[in-house]
Amino acid sequence: MKQDITIQIKDREGKVHTVLAPTDMAMNLMEVVRSYELAPEGTIGICGGMAMCASCQCYVLNDTILPEMQDDEEAMLSEAFYVKDNSRLSCQLHITSELDGLQVELAPES
Amino acid sequence: MIKTDILIIGAGPTGLFAVFEAGLLKLKCHLIDALPQAGGQCSEIYPKKPIYDIPGFPEILAGDLTNNLLEQCKQFKPGFTLGERAETIEKQDDGSFIVTTNKGTQHQAPIVAIAGGLGSFEPRKPLINTIASFEDKGVEYFIKDPEVYRNKRVVISGGGDSALDWSIFLSNVASKVTLIHRRNEFRGALDSVEKVQELKNNGKIKLITPAEVVGLVGDDHLKAVVVSQSQHIPIEFEIETDHFIPLFGLSPKLGPIANWGLEIEKNAIVVNNALDYQTNIPGIFAIGDVNTYPGKLKLILCGFHEATLMCQAAYQIINPGKKYVLKYTTVSGVDGFDGTRKEAPKQIVKSID
Repeated sequence: MKQDITIQIKDREGKVHTVLAPTDMAMNLMEVVRSYELAPEGTIGICGGMAMCASCQCYVLNDTILPEMQDDEEAMLSEAFYVKDNSRLSCQLHITSELDGLQVELAPES
Repeated sequence: MIKTDILIIGAGPTGLFAVFEAGLLKLKCHLIDALPQAGGQCSEIYPKKPIYDIPGFPEILAGDLTNNLLEQCKQFKPGFTLGERAETIEKQDDGSFIVTTNKGTQHQAPIVAIAGGLGSFEPRKPLINTIASFEDKGVEYFIKDPEVYRNKRVVISGGGDSALDWSIFLSNVASKVTLIHRRNEFRGALDSVEKVQELKNNGKIKLITPAEVVGLVGDDHLKAVVVSQSQHIPIEFEIETDHFIPLFGLSPKLGPIANWGLEIEKNAIVVNNALDYQTNIPGIFAIGDVNTYPGKLKLILCGFHEATLMCQAAYQIINPGKKYVLKYTTVSGVDGFDGTRKEAPKQIVKSID
């Protein structure tokens, strides 16, 4: 059984990383970014993944179908900076097989 | 000059528990925190959220954990310098340290324990390019003294609890309160949202949504804000005001501590985890989320452990050669610096006829 999916992540310096993410460890995309250390510790996932700080904001670059935004994510994004139409909080994107091939870019630190 | 035994930088759970452990060793503590209240992230970011991995508490709200820690350490009478950020540290000839805050408050102690979490919380500033030139000239990111706003016109922006709560509060103080938010929906406690609705209906708060402050007008002092409202056709207009208070939350920055000569790795302070969580500067310790070492986990329960070992090492530095053995609180009780004593009830010894 295939358990890892592939995700392409452009870091804040513009470097693109193609990484494997496990689907069976209840991880979210923010945690994947941290586990590969693609953004310095303390600059991403500050609230731990509660959709309460927007430090893990990312832009979705392709048409991978994502779970719908919940109220708390939408509310947090409405207070965040550098928000675009394709912004999501990566802590709210749980790693499932549906996310295979997803391409994202990390939003600037704010 | 505030003098103490252990100067703790950061009044989050790790710093507060260090006060208790130090107290058991008869060491006094004083805490500095950039936030206006104790509790660190637990109070600032998620006071109403439950935590499930505090040993002995199957579930506890972060705000309740803070209150419990304050209650647990209160008999050791910790001092607090709140709302000020530790800025500089200077080593003295006698080996002690003087730590000065951004407001100039000085503290002296032989031991400094940095329990600063992810750093000091700094306001997140809206991306308006002239905003820095209006800071303290009509633009404020914190409300320190509400009286400043008496009979003034105030514009608040933001969509969370603090924007709602201050709009409610200032509606009784300021001559005019305008609340601006990018959406019609607000993210806050239900009663706050309902209260703002009521004040809006009564004309006590002017609500402009979905809208955003995009510019500032004024010479020496703020005169007006430029608002962009996204109706069917986006419109831009000015609102005359004396104050603009953007409340977009806080984000932690390691800040001045990064320049104290401490060894830093991954935005954290490297410590000796095999012994006592001391940094590369003897007498300065780092405990809790702010430190790093092989295998480090940023958990409150790990911070408690680190605080406890730090206090033992601090005792040895402050009382060189003085004998001490670990005591259990159940056996020896807890003698507060305020004269109180907690102790286990004596066993009943009574004959049965």
